Amino acid sequence: MDDIIQLLSMTFIQRALLVGIPVSLSAALLGVPLVLKRYSMIGDGLSHVGFCALSVAAVMNWAPLYFSIPVVVAAAFLLLRLSGKEKIKGDAATALITTASLAIGVIVTSFGSGLNTDVNSYMFGSILTMSRSDVALSIALSIAVLVLFVLFYNKLLAVTFDESFAKATGIRAELYNMLLALLTALTIVLGMRMMGTLLISGLIVFPALTAMRVFKRFRSVMICSACVSVVCFIAGITASYVFSTPAGASIVVADLAAFTVFSIIGAAKYR
Amino acid sequence: MNLLSVKKLTVQYDGSEALHDLSFDLESGDYLCVIGENGSGKSTLIKTLLGLKKPDSGSIEYNGLTSAQIGYMPQQTDIQRDFPASVMEVVLTGCLKANGFRPFFTAKTKEFAKKNLQRTGAAELAKKCYGELSGGQQQRVLLARALCSTEKLLILDEPVANLDPKATNEIYALIDKLNKEHGITIIMVSHDIRCAAMQAGKILHLDKTLVFFGDTNDYINSPEGRHFLGHEHL
Repeated sequence: MDDIIQLLSMTFIQRALLVGIPVSLSAALLGVPLVLKRYSMIGDGLSHVGFCALSVAAVMNWAPLYFSIPVVVAAAFLLLRLSGKEKIKGDAATALITTASLAIGVIVTSFGSGLNTDVNSYMFGSILTMSRSDVALSIALSIAVLVLFVLFYNKLLAVTFDESFAKATGIRAELYNMLLALLTALTIVLGMRMMGTLLISGLIVFPALTAMRVFKRFRSVMICSACVSVVCFIAGITASYVFSTPAGASIVVADLAAFTVFSIIGAAKYR
Repeated sequence: MNLLSVKKLTVQYDGSEALHDLSFDLESGDYLCVIGENGSGKSTLIKTLLGLKKPDSGSIEYNGLTSAQIGYMPQQTDIQRDFPASVMEVVLTGCLKANGFRPFFTAKTKEFAKKNLQRTGAAELAKKCYGELSGGQQQRVLLARALCSTEKLLILDEPVANLDPKATNEIYALIDKLNKEHGITIIMVSHDIRCAAMQAGKILHLDKTLVFFGDTNDYINSPEGRHFLGHEHL
């Protein structure tokens, strides 16, 4: 108990929670349609683009968020548009963009401070980097995501389940896809410095898949995904403090643990 | 009474002409089967009928309904096969137009969705998970969803693709019932030409333009029909 009070009294922990809880909530909600639409790797692709943008911003001395947000949003629109009609298929295009961004980011970083602690904290995250504007943006983002999912829940379900049917009934599927891309990009940019470039996509994929092990209704999957994500985030942060492990990795391991437990429950339930 | 008049319709798709100078009329209560080989313009015709593509020239005129009042049943996608949603949730997505801007469905809309599940013989599936149904059951659910947005016209894209023979017959019987008993006009695109032709009253044979349009019996005895059906090893 003393540990927890001590933990909560530290400014950087407060900020980490104020950024992390809204971000993990948003990631979990966005993750359900993204996983179902077979865009699981988009988080990974976008976080690498984000890494590239952050390195460029650091070397040029630009404000990191104001530069990386538009870049990652543009990349998100591009990736969600690659539907398979193009000569380079969606998954291959994601792989190209991921590795190319990483390569450029690493080279740019080596021009600046050199490849050392900076790259390490970019790759695996650091909870010490959160600023006041991160907190404000994260809370605003999570409110936007929650409003979207509550007000347009049925339309999002329709577009996720069957885009051609949704379009035929007059739903503007493109608009919802753009909104998903925009909010995913923002979630990734805000979450990646804490979680790390290599780990942030875990926040998008794990909660959705965990919820789908046990629940078979869309609404239950959504609610469960959001709850699992927030609980795992708090558990991971606490564990990282108690055992002095890296925060991002501890959160993903907490997600893995939840996934394992839900898989066992699911297997027992639907035997 | 004509429900639908297509006049001199020409549509481009990806820079080349997918449909050229197509004209035909459909009466209320008709059961039309659209046939043709891959790339013959069947999908383009459906998209244009639904208002998802604009004609480059010519026109489509509906009598007493708009393109948003068509019930559409697209081909199943991979995404749907194991989708975590209940049958009711899926059917309700067909009611979105009627529900307007309300974020939640009213009790009346839910009742309407249930009624349509009954019409397709899938009422007992309402609480089940869509992803765990058999192929034939999934098609019944998608038919119920399509019925939620129409009283008059259903457009079915390959309704029996990937179904086993028993389920195929059941779905054909169901479509026939919707046509005969409920008076719903049907436009069906099918690769299963033999059965589809036996089911439907009228045939539209496409090869980027009109090859044949008329009664099924006339088609079977026509040179085009004999050639095409013979091609399919009748």
